[in-house]
Amino acid sequence: MKLSLRKMGLLALALVLSFLMTVPAFAADTIKIGFNLPLTGDIPEVGDGSKKAAEMYLKDINEAGGLEVGGKKYMLEFIYMDNESKAESAVNVALKLIEQEDVVAIIGPNSSKQAVPAGGTCNDNRTPMITPWSTNPDTTKDRPWVFRAAFLDPFQGPVAADFAASKFGAKTAAVIFDVSNDYSKGLAEIFKSAWENKGLGPVVAFESHGTKDQDFSAQLTTIIKANPDFIFVPDNYNQVALIVQQARDLGYKGPFMGSDAWGTPDLIKLCGEQCYGNYFSTHYAAAGATGATKVFIDRYQKNYGSTPADYAALTWDSIGLLVQGIQNAGKVESNPRKERQLIRDGLAAIKSFDGITGTSKFDEQGDPIKCAVVVKISDKGEFVFEQSVCP
Amino acid sequence: MDFIIQNIINALQWGSFYALIALGYTLVYGVLRLINFAHGDIFMVGAYIAFFVAGFMLGPALGLSPMATFLFAVPLTMFLTACVGVTLERIAYRPLRRKGAHRLYVVITALMCGLILEYSNLAVLGASRLKFPELVEKTIWNLGGVTLTNLKVIVIFAAVAVFVILNFIVTKTKIGMAMRGISYDKFAIPLMGIPIDSIIVFTFILGSGFAGLAGLLFAMSYPVLEPFMGMIIGWKAFIAAVVGGIGDIRGAFYGGFLLGFIEVGVVTVFPSTYRDLFAFTILLIILWMKPTGLFGMPQSTKI
Repeated sequence: MKLSLRKMGLLALALVLSFLMTVPAFAADTIKIGFNLPLTGDIPEVGDGSKKAAEMYLKDINEAGGLEVGGKKYMLEFIYMDNESKAESAVNVALKLIEQEDVVAIIGPNSSKQAVPAGGTCNDNRTPMITPWSTNPDTTKDRPWVFRAAFLDPFQGPVAADFAASKFGAKTAAVIFDVSNDYSKGLAEIFKSAWENKGLGPVVAFESHGTKDQDFSAQLTTIIKANPDFIFVPDNYNQVALIVQQARDLGYKGPFMGSDAWGTPDLIKLCGEQCYGNYFSTHYAAAGATGATKVFIDRYQKNYGSTPADYAALTWDSIGLLVQGIQNAGKVESNPRKERQLIRDGLAAIKSFDGITGTSKFDEQGDPIKCAVVVKISDKGEFVFEQSVCP
Repeated sequence: MDFIIQNIINALQWGSFYALIALGYTLVYGVLRLINFAHGDIFMVGAYIAFFVAGFMLGPALGLSPMATFLFAVPLTMFLTACVGVTLERIAYRPLRRKGAHRLYVVITALMCGLILEYSNLAVLGASRLKFPELVEKTIWNLGGVTLTNLKVIVIFAAVAVFVILNFIVTKTKIGMAMRGISYDKFAIPLMGIPIDSIIVFTFILGSGFAGLAGLLFAMSYPVLEPFMGMIIGWKAFIAAVVGGIGDIRGAFYGGFLLGFIEVGVVTVFPSTYRDLFAFTILLIILWMKPTGLFGMPQSTKI
């Protein structure tokens, strides 16, 4: 078999192009940080919001001449990669960032579905990772290289249970969750055991669905037949919009209780008036914020024309944590492997952090101990502060 | 009792979408012996076309009421989606047919066309989901514990109506006779003076038009649109058409509802993780006992 000249030329061109794309850009005196974000897929708004917050932070640092570490200024370089909201892509992105881009640390993935597997990859490759939004305990469990900025589901589940019991006067609960999503499944189980262990009453229906499902009427019919006082929906915003609407169509009139995955402005866009009046637990409430939080919200609104959701604020705090970790390290090594070790030790040395989503202390696992807030979706579609719950 | 009736209604609504999409698969297969794997994505395009049509009519330029929008959006969406289907036939399938390419290549082309539709949508409109506006003011009827919305009635009624219309066209009209003729022997048919290309285009118009209708009704029932919404439902509708006996209109109709009933039934009794496993095992058993599908006839090839 003989290749024609033209074919060989094409092949050579393809090879050259692929090399050009893989050779990492090398520049002195920069610190490269990778971002593992869901820019497409099931939760694109989450990746988008995180990226916007990161861009604001990057501009602040670099316009001030860089980040000062050990008496010298270093420019920051952020590399954003799309994990398509998929677990396997998140692992690939983590590997790419570590091996091809030689980043010193990774921020993200946001959702536990991606953060649990990607956390394993980062830990195995000895690269510090900070997840802004993942609340599943498995993300950081026995992984010294993985940190987080959000509170945990074992904290959030009981918060939701207590709130619903006192606010709705509920005696019975029902749960519908996404069985193929670590976050949703883990939180549903934690909620169920919290509800039952506290003696609040029985969980009368515990129904699951798949990630790509659009019709939930069979599950909701079972739930409504069991006649619960409220339905707990620890699901992503796109599914919440369908679940709430279909439950109302089937004649359910009671309240819903949600979790932090509800907290995006897109929920209101997709769900509309049908979600008004429901409650969910989350990391911060944008409406009525004060201090540094308000400054951040106002700047974000001015730059992008929308209110930052909790993942944007948590991304901001994650970068803050990382910057503190780098500064704790005291110097910057040009070898990324050595630098990663320094940053990890720097991060582990942080005992408390004052961020825009609240002050948190860190336990030995690298998990923050911080307060949760419960917000109500108002009649204007705003997330209004209802109650704050601290551990 | 009302629990069972409620689930029957749920299954009827869900099965209606399978049936509507399966009808498109079966029409094209019946005439061309081609599995048009892009059909699920034509359904997705239909939903997006419906979104833009509805947005335009409700918008400041025309400012129609939601009900009027719905009435005008149905024919317009069907027409525009049919145009997409015919374009696909024109630029992808017809050149291959002219060259006498093997059926396998046409199927692969169809798969590719589907991916092109998905990813061009992703590239143009982005990954963010769209919210479909409410066109029909929802009325919820409560009949002795069973709830029913007017939208569900419209969906089920539309599926039955489309089935009756297609069945009439294929079995009672001249053009339907020509369609059946092409499926029987596409080399002899042109000798009878029948314009084979026009008949094929007509088939695509019918199939894609009803996919557009399905897209509109789906978007109204599940008002969150994303570029990959047609993929899984398209595959499942294809399987439903095969179980019903692909190429047969009744087969697609009953196959679609059968799959809807099995899926809802499994979720009602078992955890949802078993849904697809049980649904497709049952379908496999049906095919095993009757490989041609419920209504299919074994094909005899003459040499």
